[in-house]
Amino acid sequence: MVPTSAPRPYLNPYLAGALLGVVLFLAFFITGGGLGASGALSHIQAGVEKWFAPGHVDRVAYLADMAGGQRNSWDNSGVYMLVGTLLGGLASGLVNRRTRLEIRKGPRVSNGARLALAFAGGVIMAYGARMARGCTSGQALSGGAVLSVGSWAFMFAVFGGGYAVAWFLRRLWT
Amino acid sequence: MAPVDVNALSGTVGYALIFAAIGFGFGSVLEMAGFGDTRKLAAQFYLSEMTVLKVMFTAIVVAAVLLTLASGLGLLDMSRVFVNPTFLPSEILGGLIMGVGFVLGGFCPGTSLVAAATLKVDGMLFVLGGLVGVFLFGESVGSFEPFWLSANLGRFTLPEWLGLSTGLTVLLVVLMALAAFAAAEALERRFGPARPGAQGRPRLAWAGAGALLAASLLLAFRGDPSPDQRWRWLPAAAHQEVTDRAVFASPAEVVALRKDTALRVEVLDLRGEHDFNLFHVGGARRVAPADLVRPAALRRFLDEPPSTITFLTDNGERLALEAWKALRSLGVANVYVLEGGMNRWLELYPVPDCVATREPPLGDDALGYRFAFATGDRLPSAWPELPRSRAFQFPCGGLASRGGEGGEFRWPDHPYKRTVKPKVRSVVKGGCG
Repeated sequence: MVPTSAPRPYLNPYLAGALLGVVLFLAFFITGGGLGASGALSHIQAGVEKWFAPGHVDRVAYLADMAGGQRNSWDNSGVYMLVGTLLGGLASGLVNRRTRLEIRKGPRVSNGARLALAFAGGVIMAYGARMARGCTSGQALSGGAVLSVGSWAFMFAVFGGGYAVAWFLRRLWT
Repeated sequence: MAPVDVNALSGTVGYALIFAAIGFGFGSVLEMAGFGDTRKLAAQFYLSEMTVLKVMFTAIVVAAVLLTLASGLGLLDMSRVFVNPTFLPSEILGGLIMGVGFVLGGFCPGTSLVAAATLKVDGMLFVLGGLVGVFLFGESVGSFEPFWLSANLGRFTLPEWLGLSTGLTVLLVVLMALAAFAAAEALERRFGPARPGAQGRPRLAWAGAGALLAASLLLAFRGDPSPDQRWRWLPAAAHQEVTDRAVFASPAEVVALRKDTALRVEVLDLRGEHDFNLFHVGGARRVAPADLVRPAALRRFLDEPPSTITFLTDNGERLALEAWKALRSLGVANVYVLEGGMNRWLELYPVPDCVATREPPLGDDALGYRFAFATGDRLPSAWPELPRSRAFQFPCGGLASRGGEGGEFRWPDHPYKRTVKPKVRSVVKGGCG
């Protein structure tokens, strides 16, 4: 009755959370640092920018810190982790038959609007992540687990910001 | 002791593989949790499905309990674990911006990678947007750098803020998480779609909650390990350093380093106020041994650049060595014990006989000199590295006999074995750093 191509159900959230906690613990235990994603994005971006404007990268302190002079922006722990994250996501998606070219969106949104908003959201999210020195993984998860005061403040700010605008944007998702 | 010094592997294939493997675990778990689906993430903000909160909080408390256990069992050196520095203004503003971006775009950076990897086109667009966002930040941060760098509280943790032990703080966090889960379940029943029989295995969830609670109760009840316990957990190499006297620096070496303008040499005097007032090394600060390992002092030690060398001193060596062990077991580097303490210092750089006379010390931590009056650090003996100057007191012409008034006087260059080697602490920055 069940077709073999049907995607498998997702994991129980608490079980997934416990597994994620173990991965996070292992990251700290082995490397001394937590998980992350947005830092790698800036290293990739700085690396790309260096191809086109090396002089500019050397002049902006924030970029020079990652890619200035002889520094290789690509040889960065976060970039390797990002590659692993993509592969891990792909592997799990394939095994559980969830890897499929498609667009996920709220019921009342057109495909074009969804893609435009995803792009805009990405811009805003990454800008905020750099402002906060970390994203949901690098700050909230990793910093939360090592009990950093700033990371907990950040986590409440993310939920606060989200709930503050959720009602106004409800047409996007409900 | 963990963590591994991964920076030593930098540039090798092994380095890349370690992080890629961790990323693989991260990405696959995010996908299994359903975080590649933007609807599951956005539902968090419409209270119909609280998966984001459940997964995140479970991960945080599980990792926090495991980290505290590992540190409490002496398996993990927390001082070498990266703790995100606290910059409240930029973190709160950044968090609010991200909250807005979350509802608009339906992802956070980590989850968008997983969505893109499973060929969700919206995830790919989000990642592209992310690259533009980091570009815009890099180009604009110069205009508000003072704000971005403001209020750096450094390594500031909840136990320090609350004034509680780490174990008790973890227990409170676990209790808070369990309360949040109960609230999440109630909200889902109220706002979520009806899901008859979709509860999965509640018994497993109860068992997990029970295990977390038991582990954190144990941590809170046991309290944080004492410095003495931590010292015993250190590898034999650290104990060998003491046996080899590699942590003791001769007063002559301290004097030589005080002349080096590239270094900042700090002398911390652990004696009581009475002995300290009688005589101390020039510029020394008096600190009670118990205050050395308090969180605020410890944070200063851990944030200190390797060009700062700290010497602990006592009348003899006993108290200073104990304090050194406590600091060493908490991961502090570049701290040494003044060899022979103040008694040895006064032997090498004596004060005039009319100020103090030698007498056999009453114990191994007693001052071996009887002072006629308190001198603080106003005698030339307190500053052997400085040429003689009129700013010093010269009581009873005592120094005249040692070289005349003409400023010819120099302390002899005592030979010493070099023990101080500035060490750089290697700390991995978080993936988002």
